[in-house]
Amino acid sequence: MNCEDSEILLNALIDGELDAGHARDVEEHVTACSACAKKLTEFREVHDAVSAAGLKMAAPAHLRSRIEKALPLASAGVIAPRKFFQPSRRTFFGGFAVGTALSAALAASLVLTVVRTDQEQTIANEVVSAHIRSLQAGHLMDVETSDQHTVKPWFNGRVDVSPPVIDLTAQGFRLLGGRLDYIDGEPVASVVYQRRKHIINLFVAQRLGASHASTRIEAIQGYNVRHWSEVGLDFWAVSDVAPDELDEFDRKIAAALRPAGSS
Amino acid sequence: MTGEGNGEHDRARRFRDAALPYLDDVYSLARYLMRNPADAEDAAQECYVRALRHFDSYRGPAMKPWLLTILRNVCNAEFARRRKQETPTDLSEHETAAEELPIWQEPTSSPETTMVRRQEGDTIRRLVAALPQPFREAIVLREINDLSYHEIAEVAGVPVGTVMSRLARARSMLRAAWNGAEGAMP
Repeated sequence: MNCEDSEILLNALIDGELDAGHARDVEEHVTACSACAKKLTEFREVHDAVSAAGLKMAAPAHLRSRIEKALPLASAGVIAPRKFFQPSRRTFFGGFAVGTALSAALAASLVLTVVRTDQEQTIANEVVSAHIRSLQAGHLMDVETSDQHTVKPWFNGRVDVSPPVIDLTAQGFRLLGGRLDYIDGEPVASVVYQRRKHIINLFVAQRLGASHASTRIEAIQGYNVRHWSEVGLDFWAVSDVAPDELDEFDRKIAAALRPAGSS
Repeated sequence: MTGEGNGEHDRARRFRDAALPYLDDVYSLARYLMRNPADAEDAAQECYVRALRHFDSYRGPAMKPWLLTILRNVCNAEFARRRKQETPTDLSEHETAAEELPIWQEPTSSPETTMVRRQEGDTIRRLVAALPQPFREAIVLREINDLSYHEIAEVAGVPVGTVMSRLARARSMLRAAWNGAEGAMP
């Protein structure tokens, strides 16, 4: 983090909108940078003052009864076209134009990496559902082989990426096979591994949600989920193995993807 | 759901139970967008009437941002109508100016300098109300309606990054205006 993008990040920190890793980065930066520490204090004072000011207004009682009377009439009315709830009405205020276009562009790029998105959450849930589905009898694999050279070509024409299929058997993660799955309505490749008695599904897609430079692990319905991006692909590893084992798995995959000799 | 009076009644009741608890949120945002109580009440009522009409297409889970999106559209439609169909009065001219002027103007000369310390909450309300529309809306949705960045983005129809920069800007403006109102140097 540098001081130029700090205003947006400091505010996101105050609002509790940063993920844990970035919140820690910002807090660390603030302990080392007095200018940003001062800004943080100032933003926090504004936030506290606005919260303390009690700006929320109670609707007058006559408004409540007015609305309650109006509702049955509205209910009896004709059904209006269902086009009303459309979130993108950005042109009304002359489009997006703040004083600092730079910080806007910056924020737009930051948000991809810093703030967890609802879409990402949805996808994480879908990934876990797909994992659970795969564990049902007969659903785990479409192509069953420990030979990576059989698995990889199988995906040709079935998904729009060529997923890396890496044999990690020697390193404790046995390659079981591959499967075609659907996440967020898109076909994705799942490469199936086994760690002792635990199944690991590695979902690979061109882009599932926002791209991630950093990795993060989270638990959903008792399964550990790890999401990262590498070589232009999105990876989601899901399993009931312990988080540190999933970490290890992720590191081994990532290491195998990097060309030998590069760091 | 097909033409049964009972089902219709049931639907209206379900809507009331789900939506009316947010009336204070709707009314508060309406006050800050419309800037006077009478218009805010009209906007809130129209919001609920429209929301009931579209209740069938409502797909949860968050009722509050859904209502606030409808309210915002109601307010926008009203401003658009005034702009098109009426010769601008002082008020609508003022509104237009505020909305089409997204660039930060420093409100250094705040008229209420003297009463600040006695009525801080009142001052802050005025300062928030004096923000240009996109910033006012963002700060109200965040601080008063207590929405997340993603919910604000949904309501305002802008990317989350825009919400982030608007909030940062809004707090900077409030800080500057506050300092100005207090007569303190930053």
